[in-house]
Amino acid sequence: MERYWHVLKLFWATALAAELEYRVNFLIATLSSVGGLAGSLFGLFLFYRTGYTFQNWNWEQALIVLGMFTLLQGFSATFLAPNLNRIVRHIQQGTLDFVLLKPINSQFWLSTHTVSPWGMPDLLFGAVMIVYAGNRLGVEAQNYLLGLLPIGFGFVMLYSLWFMLGAMSIWFVKIYNVTEVLRGLLEAGRFPMVAYPMGYRIFFTFVVPVAFLTTIPAEVILGRGSVGWLAGAAVLAGFLLWASSAFWQFALRFYTSASS
Amino acid sequence: MNQQNPLKKAWRIASTLLSVYYAYMLEYRAELLFWVLSGSLPIILMGIWIQAARTGDFTLTPVEFARYFLAVFLVRQFTVVWVIWEFEREVVEGKLSFRLLQPLNPIWHHFASHFAERFARLPFAFILVALFFWLYPQAFWIPDIGQLILALVVIVLAFALRFLIQYTLSMAAFWTERASSLEQFGFLFYLFLSGIIAPLEVFPPVVREIALWTPYPYLIYFPANLLVGLPVDVGRGLLVMLGWSVGLYVLYRWLWRKGLRQYSGMGA
Repeated sequence: MERYWHVLKLFWATALAAELEYRVNFLIATLSSVGGLAGSLFGLFLFYRTGYTFQNWNWEQALIVLGMFTLLQGFSATFLAPNLNRIVRHIQQGTLDFVLLKPINSQFWLSTHTVSPWGMPDLLFGAVMIVYAGNRLGVEAQNYLLGLLPIGFGFVMLYSLWFMLGAMSIWFVKIYNVTEVLRGLLEAGRFPMVAYPMGYRIFFTFVVPVAFLTTIPAEVILGRGSVGWLAGAAVLAGFLLWASSAFWQFALRFYTSASS
Repeated sequence: MNQQNPLKKAWRIASTLLSVYYAYMLEYRAELLFWVLSGSLPIILMGIWIQAARTGDFTLTPVEFARYFLAVFLVRQFTVVWVIWEFEREVVEGKLSFRLLQPLNPIWHHFASHFAERFARLPFAFILVALFFWLYPQAFWIPDIGQLILALVVIVLAFALRFLIQYTLSMAAFWTERASSLEQFGFLFYLFLSGIIAPLEVFPPVVREIALWTPYPYLIYFPANLLVGLPVDVGRGLLVMLGWSVGLYVLYRWLWRKGLRQYSGMGA
Protein backbone atom coordinates (compact mmCIF):
# COMPACT_ATOMS: atom_id res chain seq x y z
CA MET A 1 0.00 0.00 0.00
CA GLU A 2 2.77 2.38 0.96
CA ARG A 3 4.57 1.61 -2.25
CA TYR A 4 1.51 2.59 -4.24
CA TRP A 5 1.27 5.84 -2.34
CA HIS A 6 4.90 6.61 -3.07
CA VAL A 7 4.50 5.79 -6.77
CA LEU A 8 1.40 7.96 -6.95
CA LYS A 9 3.29 10.95 -5.58
CA LEU A 10 6.04 10.45 -8.15
CA PHE A 11 3.53 10.13 -11.00
CA TRP A 12 1.72 13.31 -10.15
CA ALA A 13 4.79 15.40 -9.43
CA THR A 14 6.20 14.59 -12.89
CA ALA A 15 2.86 15.10 -14.59
CA LEU A 16 2.38 18.50 -12.99
CA ALA A 17 5.91 19.56 -13.83
CA ALA A 18 5.36 18.59 -17.46
CA GLU A 19 2.00 20.34 -17.76
CA LEU A 20 3.25 23.53 -16.17
CA GLU A 21 5.41 23.99 -19.24
CA TYR A 22 2.27 25.25 -20.92
CA ARG A 23 1.35 28.13 -18.67
CA VAL A 24 -0.63 30.04 -21.27
CA ASN A 25 -2.84 26.98 -21.44
CA PHE A 26 -3.72 27.43 -17.82
CA LEU A 27 -5.03 30.88 -18.64
CA ILE A 28 -7.08 29.53 -21.52
CA ALA A 29 -8.37 26.68 -19.34
CA THR A 30 -9.45 29.15 -16.68
CA LEU A 31 -11.14 31.34 -19.25
CA SER A 32 -12.89 28.27 -20.65
CA SER A 33 -14.06 27.32 -17.18
CA VAL A 34 -15.43 30.79 -16.53
CA GLY A 35 -17.13 30.79 -19.91
CA GLY A 36 -18.52 27.31 -19.34
CA LEU A 37 -19.82 28.36 -15.95
CA ALA A 38 -21.53 31.44 -17.38
CA GLY A 39 -23.07 29.33 -20.12
CA SER A 40 -24.31 26.70 -17.67
CA LEU A 41 -25.90 29.34 -15.49
CA PHE A 42 -27.47 30.90 -18.55
CA GLY A 43 -28.84 27.52 -19.62
CA LEU A 44 -30.47 27.03 -16.24
CA PHE A 45 -31.70 30.61 -16.11
CA LEU A 46 -33.63 30.09 -19.35
CA PHE A 47 -35.98 27.79 -17.45
CA TYR A 48 -36.40 29.96 -14.39
CA ARG A 49 -36.73 33.36 -16.03
CA THR A 50 -40.40 32.91 -16.89
CA GLY A 51 -41.30 31.71 -13.42
CA TYR A 52 -41.19 28.01 -14.27
CA THR A 53 -39.48 25.82 -11.67
CA PHE A 54 -38.45 22.19 -11.78
CA GLN A 55 -40.80 20.41 -9.43
CA ASN A 56 -39.52 20.88 -5.86
CA TRP A 57 -36.28 22.51 -6.97
CA ASN A 58 -36.04 26.26 -6.62
CA TRP A 59 -33.23 28.26 -8.22
CA GLU A 60 -30.68 27.76 -5.43
CA GLN A 61 -31.44 24.07 -5.16
CA ALA A 62 -31.00 23.65 -8.89
CA LEU A 63 -27.70 25.53 -8.55
CA ILE A 64 -26.45 22.80 -6.24
CA VAL A 65 -27.10 20.21 -8.94
CA LEU A 66 -25.24 22.39 -11.44
CA GLY A 67 -22.40 22.75 -8.94
CA MET A 68 -22.21 18.97 -8.66
CA PHE A 69 -22.06 18.73 -12.42
CA THR A 70 -19.24 21.28 -12.60
CA LEU A 71 -17.38 19.42 -9.87
CA LEU A 72 -17.73 16.21 -11.82
CA GLN A 73 -16.50 17.88 -14.98
CA GLY A 74 -13.44 19.09 -13.12
CA PHE A 75 -12.84 15.65 -11.68
CA SER A 76 -12.99 13.98 -15.07
CA ALA A 77 -10.79 16.61 -16.73
CA THR A 78 -8.19 16.32 -13.97
CA PHE A 79 -8.05 12.60 -13.32
CA LEU A 80 -10.04 10.58 -15.81
CA ALA A 81 -9.64 12.03 -19.29
CA PRO A 82 -5.83 12.32 -19.32
CA ASN A 83 -5.38 8.74 -18.14
CA LEU A 84 -8.20 6.69 -19.51
CA ASN A 85 -8.15 8.20 -22.98
CA ARG A 86 -4.57 7.04 -23.21
CA ILE A 87 -5.38 3.36 -22.77
CA VAL A 88 -6.33 3.17 -26.43
CA ARG A 89 -2.99 4.50 -27.54
CA HIS A 90 -1.16 1.97 -25.38
CA ILE A 91 -3.11 -0.80 -27.02
CA GLN A 92 -2.75 0.56 -30.53
CA GLN A 93 1.00 1.01 -30.29
CA GLY A 94 1.71 -2.05 -28.20
CA THR A 95 3.20 -0.02 -25.34
CA LEU A 96 0.79 -1.72 -22.98
CA ASP A 97 3.46 -4.44 -22.81
CA PHE A 98 5.70 -2.16 -20.79
CA VAL A 99 2.90 -1.36 -18.39
CA LEU A 100 2.10 -5.02 -17.86
CA LEU A 101 5.75 -5.81 -17.16
CA LYS A 102 5.94 -3.39 -14.24
CA PRO A 103 5.67 -4.88 -10.75
CA ILE A 104 2.54 -2.93 -9.99
CA ASN A 105 -1.15 -3.37 -10.63
CA SER A 106 -1.70 -2.44 -14.28
CA GLN A 107 -5.12 -0.93 -13.67
CA PHE A 108 -3.59 1.31 -11.02
CA TRP A 109 -0.81 2.37 -13.35
CA LEU A 110 -3.17 3.15 -16.21
CA SER A 111 -5.66 5.03 -14.05
CA THR A 112 -3.30 7.23 -12.08
CA HIS A 113 -0.29 7.71 -14.27
CA THR A 114 -0.92 11.34 -14.98
CA VAL A 115 -2.95 14.23 -13.67
CA SER A 116 -3.88 17.39 -15.49
CA PRO A 117 -4.19 20.69 -13.66
CA TRP A 118 -6.57 22.05 -16.33
CA GLY A 119 -9.59 20.67 -14.53
CA MET A 120 -8.76 22.48 -11.29
CA PRO A 121 -10.73 25.67 -12.09
CA ASP A 122 -13.85 23.57 -12.64
CA LEU A 123 -13.34 21.72 -9.35
CA LEU A 124 -13.01 25.05 -7.59
CA PHE A 125 -16.01 26.69 -9.27
CA GLY A 126 -18.17 23.65 -8.63
CA ALA A 127 -17.33 23.69 -4.93
CA VAL A 128 -17.90 27.45 -4.71
CA MET A 129 -21.27 27.15 -6.42
CA ILE A 130 -22.41 24.41 -4.05
CA VAL A 131 -21.30 26.30 -0.95
CA TYR A 132 -22.76 29.60 -2.19
CA ALA A 133 -26.17 28.11 -2.97
CA GLY A 134 -26.04 25.96 0.17
CA ASN A 135 -25.36 28.94 2.42
CA ARG A 136 -28.25 30.88 0.93
CA LEU A 137 -30.44 27.92 1.73
CA GLY A 138 -28.98 27.63 5.21
CA VAL A 139 -27.43 24.20 4.79
CA GLU A 140 -25.73 22.92 7.94
CA ALA A 141 -22.07 21.98 8.05
CA GLN A 142 -22.73 18.32 8.74
CA ASN A 143 -24.85 18.10 5.61
CA TYR A 144 -21.90 19.13 3.50
CA LEU A 145 -19.82 16.45 5.19
CA LEU A 146 -22.51 13.88 4.62
CA GLY A 147 -22.69 15.04 1.00
CA LEU A 148 -19.05 14.09 0.49
CA LEU A 149 -20.11 10.46 0.74
CA PRO A 150 -22.38 10.32 -2.35
CA ILE A 151 -20.00 12.62 -4.22
CA GLY A 152 -17.25 10.08 -3.60
CA PHE A 153 -19.54 7.27 -4.77
CA GLY A 154 -20.28 9.31 -7.88
CA PHE A 155 -16.59 9.70 -8.65
CA VAL A 156 -16.04 5.96 -8.24
CA MET A 157 -18.98 5.13 -10.51
CA LEU A 158 -17.86 7.51 -13.21
CA TYR A 159 -14.31 6.22 -13.05
CA SER A 160 -15.41 2.60 -13.27
CA LEU A 161 -17.73 3.13 -16.21
CA TRP A 162 -15.12 5.15 -18.05
CA PHE A 163 -12.40 2.60 -17.37
CA MET A 164 -14.54 -0.28 -18.59
CA LEU A 165 -15.36 1.53 -21.81
CA GLY A 166 -11.68 2.34 -22.26
CA ALA A 167 -10.74 -1.29 -21.63
CA MET A 168 -13.07 -2.39 -24.41
CA SER A 169 -10.50 -1.09 -26.85
CA ILE A 170 -8.56 -4.31 -26.24
CA TRP A 171 -11.05 -5.92 -28.60
CA PHE A 172 -12.10 -2.97 -30.73
CA VAL A 173 -9.13 -0.70 -31.14
CA LYS A 174 -10.99 1.91 -33.13
CA ILE A 175 -13.81 2.62 -30.73
CA TYR A 176 -12.03 4.93 -28.35
CA ASN A 177 -14.73 7.49 -28.91
CA VAL A 178 -17.23 5.32 -27.09
CA THR A 179 -16.15 7.31 -24.04
CA GLU A 180 -17.40 10.40 -25.88
CA VAL A 181 -20.86 8.83 -25.91
CA LEU A 182 -20.64 8.50 -22.14
CA ARG A 183 -19.54 12.11 -21.82
CA GLY A 184 -22.42 13.22 -24.01
CA LEU A 185 -24.91 11.38 -21.82
CA LEU A 186 -23.41 12.84 -18.65
CA GLU A 187 -24.60 16.25 -19.81
CA ALA A 188 -27.99 15.17 -18.52
CA GLY A 189 -26.55 15.66 -15.03
CA ARG A 190 -26.81 19.43 -15.36
CA PHE A 191 -30.42 19.32 -14.25
CA PRO A 192 -32.26 17.51 -11.44
CA MET A 193 -33.90 14.30 -12.55
CA VAL A 194 -37.46 15.50 -11.99
CA ALA A 195 -36.95 17.94 -14.83
CA TYR A 196 -37.08 15.04 -17.28
CA PRO A 197 -40.03 13.03 -18.58
CA MET A 198 -40.51 9.56 -17.10
CA GLY A 199 -38.71 7.60 -19.82
CA TYR A 200 -35.62 9.75 -19.52
CA ARG A 201 -35.61 9.38 -15.72
CA ILE A 202 -35.64 5.62 -15.93
CA PHE A 203 -32.87 5.65 -18.50
CA PHE A 204 -30.68 8.04 -16.52
CA THR A 205 -31.17 6.16 -13.28
CA PHE A 206 -30.97 2.53 -14.25
CA VAL A 207 -29.16 2.39 -17.61
CA VAL A 208 -26.65 5.22 -17.28
CA PRO A 209 -26.58 6.16 -13.58
CA VAL A 210 -26.45 9.93 -14.08
CA ALA A 211 -28.99 10.43 -11.29
CA PHE A 212 -26.48 9.00 -8.80
CA LEU A 213 -23.81 11.42 -9.94
CA THR A 214 -25.51 14.77 -9.42
CA THR A 215 -29.12 14.63 -8.23
CA ILE A 216 -28.64 12.25 -5.34
CA PRO A 217 -25.58 14.02 -3.87
CA ALA A 218 -27.47 17.32 -4.16
CA GLU A 219 -30.44 15.88 -2.30
CA VAL A 220 -28.20 14.62 0.48
CA ILE A 221 -26.71 18.10 0.89
CA LEU A 222 -30.18 19.58 0.96
CA GLY A 223 -31.01 17.19 3.78
CA ARG A 224 -33.70 15.31 1.93
CA GLY A 225 -31.73 12.33 0.72
CA SER A 226 -33.10 8.97 1.71
CA VAL A 227 -31.07 6.18 3.26
CA GLY A 228 -32.32 3.84 0.55
CA TRP A 229 -30.88 5.84 -2.32
CA LEU A 230 -27.64 6.43 -0.42
CA ALA A 231 -27.24 2.73 0.21
CA GLY A 232 -28.09 2.09 -3.41
CA ALA A 233 -25.35 4.48 -4.48
CA ALA A 234 -22.85 2.72 -2.19
CA VAL A 235 -23.74 -0.71 -3.54
CA LEU A 236 -23.65 0.47 -7.14
CA ALA A 237 -20.29 2.19 -6.69
CA GLY A 238 -18.79 -0.88 -5.03
CA PHE A 239 -20.19 -3.16 -7.67
CA LEU A 240 -18.96 -1.03 -10.57
CA LEU A 241 -15.49 -0.76 -9.07
CA TRP A 242 -15.33 -4.50 -8.64
CA ALA A 243 -16.69 -5.01 -12.15
CA SER A 244 -14.09 -2.68 -13.65
CA SER A 245 -11.28 -4.64 -12.08
CA ALA A 246 -12.77 -8.00 -13.03
CA PHE A 247 -13.46 -6.77 -16.54
CA TRP A 248 -9.86 -5.59 -16.92
CA GLN A 249 -8.50 -8.96 -15.84
CA PHE A 250 -10.83 -10.64 -18.29
CA ALA A 251 -9.94 -8.27 -21.12
CA LEU A 252 -6.22 -8.78 -20.58
CA ARG A 253 -6.59 -12.41 -21.51
CA PHE A 254 -7.39 -11.27 -25.03
CA TYR A 255 -4.53 -8.84 -25.31
CA THR A 256 -2.20 -9.94 -28.08
CA SER A 257 0.25 -7.04 -28.20
CA ALA A 258 0.38 -4.94 -31.33
CA SER A 259 4.07 -4.62 -31.99
CA SER A 260 5.51 -8.06 -31.45
CA MET B 1 1.65 19.86 -71.25
CA ASN B 2 -1.98 18.98 -71.49
CA GLN B 3 -4.11 22.06 -71.70
CA GLN B 4 -7.17 21.01 -69.77
CA ASN B 5 -10.30 22.94 -69.24
CA PRO B 6 -9.83 24.32 -65.68
CA LEU B 7 -13.42 23.52 -64.75
CA LYS B 8 -13.00 19.94 -65.88
CA LYS B 9 -9.78 19.65 -63.93
CA ALA B 10 -11.38 21.00 -60.77
CA TRP B 11 -14.22 18.52 -61.17
CA ARG B 12 -11.78 15.65 -61.60
CA ILE B 13 -9.82 16.63 -58.49
CA ALA B 14 -12.98 17.08 -56.45
CA SER B 15 -14.52 13.78 -57.45
CA THR B 16 -11.26 11.91 -56.82
CA LEU B 17 -10.80 13.46 -53.39
CA LEU B 18 -14.40 12.80 -52.43
CA SER B 19 -14.41 9.18 -53.51
CA VAL B 20 -11.10 8.52 -51.75
CA TYR B 21 -12.23 10.10 -48.51
CA TYR B 22 -15.64 8.45 -48.70
CA ALA B 23 -13.99 5.05 -48.97
CA TYR B 24 -11.69 5.98 -46.09
CA MET B 25 -14.59 7.02 -43.86
CA LEU B 26 -16.53 3.86 -44.62
CA GLU B 27 -13.63 1.93 -43.11
CA TYR B 28 -14.52 3.44 -39.75
CA ARG B 29 -18.23 2.77 -39.64
CA ALA B 30 -18.25 1.65 -36.00
CA GLU B 31 -16.35 4.74 -34.97
CA LEU B 32 -18.78 6.89 -36.94
CA LEU B 33 -21.74 5.36 -35.16
CA PHE B 34 -20.27 6.41 -31.82
CA TRP B 35 -19.62 9.91 -33.09
CA VAL B 36 -23.26 10.12 -34.13
CA LEU B 37 -24.38 8.92 -30.71
CA SER B 38 -22.05 11.28 -28.88
CA GLY B 39 -24.08 14.16 -30.30
CA SER B 40 -26.90 13.24 -27.94
CA LEU B 41 -27.06 16.62 -26.19
CA PRO B 42 -30.02 17.98 -28.21
CA ILE B 43 -31.99 14.82 -27.46
CA ILE B 44 -31.32 15.21 -23.73
CA LEU B 45 -32.38 18.85 -23.80
CA MET B 46 -35.42 17.90 -25.82
CA GLY B 47 -36.69 15.85 -22.90
CA ILE B 48 -36.24 18.63 -20.39
CA TRP B 49 -37.85 21.28 -22.62
CA ILE B 50 -40.82 19.07 -23.47
CA GLN B 51 -41.38 18.55 -19.78
CA ALA B 52 -41.00 22.28 -19.11
CA ALA B 53 -43.36 23.31 -21.92
CA ARG B 54 -46.12 21.10 -20.53
CA THR B 55 -46.59 23.27 -17.47
CA GLY B 56 -44.45 26.36 -17.93
CA ASP B 57 -45.10 29.46 -19.97
CA PHE B 58 -42.80 29.22 -22.99
CA THR B 59 -43.37 30.42 -26.53
CA LEU B 60 -43.28 26.94 -28.07
CA THR B 61 -45.49 23.91 -27.51
CA PRO B 62 -44.03 20.53 -26.44
CA VAL B 63 -44.37 19.14 -29.96
CA GLU B 64 -42.61 22.16 -31.43
CA PHE B 65 -39.78 21.69 -28.95
CA ALA B 66 -39.51 18.03 -29.94
CA ARG B 67 -39.31 18.90 -33.63
CA TYR B 68 -36.90 21.74 -33.02
CA PHE B 69 -34.43 19.62 -31.09
CA LEU B 70 -34.66 16.77 -33.57
CA ALA B 71 -33.81 19.28 -36.29
CA VAL B 72 -30.92 20.55 -34.14
CA PHE B 73 -29.64 17.01 -33.80
CA LEU B 74 -29.77 16.52 -37.57
CA VAL B 75 -28.23 19.86 -38.46
CA ARG B 76 -25.45 19.24 -35.99
CA GLN B 77 -24.73 15.84 -37.50
CA PHE B 78 -24.14 17.49 -40.85
CA THR B 79 -22.12 20.43 -39.63
CA VAL B 80 -19.67 18.69 -37.28
CA VAL B 81 -16.13 19.92 -37.92
CA TRP B 82 -12.89 18.71 -36.36
CA VAL B 83 -10.34 20.18 -38.76
CA ILE B 84 -8.39 22.05 -36.09
CA TRP B 85 -7.15 18.84 -34.46
CA GLU B 86 -5.98 17.43 -37.80
CA PHE B 87 -4.37 20.66 -38.88
CA GLU B 88 -2.63 21.09 -35.55
CA ARG B 89 -1.22 17.59 -35.80
CA GLU B 90 -0.01 18.14 -39.34
CA VAL B 91 1.81 21.30 -38.34
CA VAL B 92 3.28 19.94 -35.13
CA GLU B 93 4.46 16.71 -36.78
CA GLY B 94 5.62 18.50 -39.92
CA LYS B 95 3.29 16.52 -42.17
CA LEU B 96 2.03 19.71 -43.72
CA SER B 97 5.24 19.82 -45.76
CA PHE B 98 4.11 16.94 -48.00
CA ARG B 99 0.76 18.57 -48.54
CA LEU B 100 2.46 21.79 -49.55
CA LEU B 101 4.30 19.99 -52.33
CA GLN B 102 1.04 19.22 -54.08
CA PRO B 103 -0.37 21.79 -56.51
CA LEU B 104 -3.51 22.04 -54.40
CA ASN B 105 -4.24 24.12 -51.33
CA PRO B 106 -4.36 21.74 -48.31
CA ILE B 107 -7.70 23.19 -47.26
CA TRP B 108 -9.35 21.11 -50.00
CA HIS B 109 -8.09 17.86 -48.53
CA HIS B 110 -9.68 18.72 -45.22
CA PHE B 111 -12.83 20.04 -46.78
CA ALA B 112 -13.25 16.91 -48.90
CA SER B 113 -12.70 14.60 -45.97
CA HIS B 114 -15.35 16.40 -43.93
CA PHE B 115 -17.74 16.57 -46.84
CA ALA B 116 -17.39 12.88 -47.68
CA GLU B 117 -17.87 11.92 -44.06
CA ARG B 118 -21.35 13.46 -44.18
CA PHE B 119 -22.46 10.79 -46.65
CA ALA B 120 -21.01 8.00 -44.56
CA ARG B 121 -22.93 9.38 -41.57
CA LEU B 122 -26.21 9.68 -43.43
CA PRO B 123 -27.57 6.15 -42.86
CA PHE B 124 -26.99 6.27 -39.08
CA ALA B 125 -28.66 9.62 -38.79
CA PHE B 126 -31.71 8.45 -40.73
CA ILE B 127 -32.03 5.30 -38.65
CA LEU B 128 -32.02 7.42 -35.49
CA VAL B 129 -34.63 9.76 -36.94
CA ALA B 130 -36.85 6.82 -37.87
CA LEU B 131 -36.41 5.45 -34.35
CA PHE B 132 -37.38 8.81 -32.93
CA PHE B 133 -40.62 9.03 -34.91
CA TRP B 134 -41.45 5.48 -33.98
CA LEU B 135 -41.09 6.37 -30.29
CA TYR B 136 -42.77 9.75 -30.58
CA PRO B 137 -45.18 9.68 -33.54
CA GLN B 138 -46.99 12.90 -32.58
CA ALA B 139 -43.90 14.86 -33.52
CA PHE B 140 -43.89 13.59 -37.11
CA TRP B 141 -44.05 16.30 -39.73
CA ILE B 142 -43.41 16.68 -43.43
CA PRO B 143 -41.67 19.94 -44.26
CA ASP B 144 -42.86 22.04 -47.16
CA ILE B 145 -40.77 21.16 -50.21
CA GLY B 146 -39.58 24.73 -50.90
CA GLN B 147 -38.69 25.16 -47.24
CA LEU B 148 -36.84 21.83 -47.28
CA ILE B 149 -34.70 22.81 -50.25
CA LEU B 150 -33.92 26.15 -48.65
CA ALA B 151 -33.02 24.36 -45.40
CA LEU B 152 -30.67 22.00 -47.25
CA VAL B 153 -28.92 24.92 -48.93
CA VAL B 154 -28.57 26.68 -45.58
CA ILE B 155 -27.20 23.52 -43.96
CA VAL B 156 -24.48 23.36 -46.61
CA LEU B 157 -23.71 27.04 -46.04
CA ALA B 158 -23.70 26.52 -42.28
CA PHE B 159 -21.24 23.67 -42.66
CA ALA B 160 -19.01 25.85 -44.84
CA LEU B 161 -19.15 28.69 -42.33
CA ARG B 162 -18.40 26.43 -39.38
CA PHE B 163 -15.53 24.92 -41.31
CA LEU B 164 -14.18 28.35 -42.12
CA ILE B 165 -14.41 29.49 -38.49
CA GLN B 166 -12.45 26.49 -37.30
CA TYR B 167 -9.97 26.56 -40.13
CA THR B 168 -9.19 30.21 -39.44
CA LEU B 169 -8.57 29.33 -35.80
CA SER B 170 -6.35 26.45 -36.93
CA MET B 171 -3.94 28.97 -38.39
CA ALA B 172 -2.88 29.64 -34.80
CA ALA B 173 -1.11 26.28 -35.00
CA PHE B 174 1.71 28.02 -36.87
CA TRP B 175 2.49 30.02 -33.74
CA THR B 176 1.45 27.76 -30.86
CA GLU B 177 1.51 24.03 -30.30
CA ARG B 178 -1.97 23.82 -28.86
CA ALA B 179 -4.28 25.60 -31.23
CA SER B 180 -7.05 23.21 -30.27
CA SER B 181 -7.41 24.82 -26.86
CA LEU B 182 -8.59 27.94 -28.70
CA GLU B 183 -11.28 25.85 -30.30
CA GLN B 184 -12.30 24.51 -26.91
CA PHE B 185 -12.84 28.07 -25.79
CA GLY B 186 -14.64 29.02 -28.98
CA PHE B 187 -16.82 25.96 -28.65
CA LEU B 188 -18.48 27.49 -25.59
CA PHE B 189 -19.93 30.29 -27.70
CA TYR B 190 -21.04 27.73 -30.22
CA LEU B 191 -22.68 25.65 -27.51
CA PHE B 192 -24.54 28.40 -25.74
CA LEU B 193 -25.36 30.87 -28.53
CA SER B 194 -26.10 28.61 -31.48
CA GLY B 195 -29.42 27.35 -30.21
CA ILE B 196 -28.24 23.87 -29.19
CA ILE B 197 -29.31 24.37 -25.59
CA ALA B 198 -32.57 26.12 -26.45
CA PRO B 199 -34.26 27.86 -29.37
CA LEU B 200 -33.50 31.55 -29.43
CA GLU B 201 -37.20 32.32 -28.85
CA VAL B 202 -36.79 31.53 -25.17
CA PHE B 203 -33.67 33.68 -24.76
CA PRO B 204 -34.00 37.08 -23.09
CA PRO B 205 -34.54 39.62 -25.93
CA VAL B 206 -31.23 41.43 -25.36
CA VAL B 207 -29.18 38.26 -25.54
CA ARG B 208 -31.10 37.14 -28.60
CA GLU B 209 -30.39 40.39 -30.44
CA ILE B 210 -26.67 40.18 -29.65
CA ALA B 211 -26.51 36.52 -30.59
CA LEU B 212 -28.15 37.18 -33.94
CA TRP B 213 -25.21 39.34 -34.99
CA THR B 214 -22.68 36.58 -34.23
CA PRO B 215 -22.26 33.73 -36.70
CA TYR B 216 -23.33 31.09 -34.17
CA PRO B 217 -27.15 31.04 -34.44
CA TYR B 218 -26.83 30.59 -38.18
CA LEU B 219 -24.95 27.35 -37.69
CA ILE B 220 -27.78 25.57 -35.87
CA TYR B 221 -30.80 27.67 -34.98
CA PHE B 222 -31.38 29.14 -38.44
CA PRO B 223 -31.27 25.91 -40.47
CA ALA B 224 -33.16 24.01 -37.76
CA ASN B 225 -35.96 26.54 -37.79
CA LEU B 226 -36.19 26.36 -41.56
CA LEU B 227 -36.42 22.60 -41.35
CA VAL B 228 -39.20 22.71 -38.75
CA GLY B 229 -40.99 25.58 -40.45
CA LEU B 230 -40.81 28.07 -37.59
CA PRO B 231 -40.63 31.72 -38.66
CA VAL B 232 -37.17 33.18 -39.37
CA ASP B 233 -35.83 36.20 -41.19
CA VAL B 234 -34.34 34.44 -44.22
CA GLY B 235 -32.87 37.53 -45.90
CA ARG B 236 -31.08 38.74 -42.82
CA GLY B 237 -29.85 35.25 -42.02
CA LEU B 238 -28.30 34.75 -45.43
CA LEU B 239 -26.72 38.21 -45.36
CA VAL B 240 -25.13 37.72 -41.94
CA MET B 241 -23.82 34.32 -43.01
CA LEU B 242 -22.37 35.82 -46.17
CA GLY B 243 -20.80 38.72 -44.28
CA TRP B 244 -19.07 36.45 -41.78
CA SER B 245 -17.93 34.03 -44.48
CA VAL B 246 -16.29 36.76 -46.53
CA GLY B 247 -14.67 38.33 -43.47
CA LEU B 248 -13.33 35.03 -42.21
CA TYR B 249 -12.08 34.04 -45.64
CA VAL B 250 -10.05 37.22 -45.95
CA LEU B 251 -8.67 36.71 -42.45
CA TYR B 252 -7.81 33.09 -43.20
CA ARG B 253 -5.95 34.00 -46.40
CA TRP B 254 -3.97 36.63 -44.57
CA LEU B 255 -3.08 34.33 -41.65
CA TRP B 256 -2.24 31.51 -44.03
CA ARG B 257 0.32 33.61 -45.89
CA LYS B 258 1.88 34.89 -42.67
CA GLY B 259 1.80 31.43 -41.12
CA LEU B 260 3.53 29.73 -44.03
CA ARG B 261 6.46 32.09 -43.62
CA GLN B 262 6.56 31.10 -39.96
CA TYR B 263 6.28 27.37 -40.67
CA SER B 264 9.49 25.45 -40.20
CA GLY B 265 8.44 21.90 -41.05
CA MET B 266 9.39 20.41 -37.70
CA GLY B 267 10.02 16.69 -37.69
CA ALA B 268 9.79 16.24 -41.42
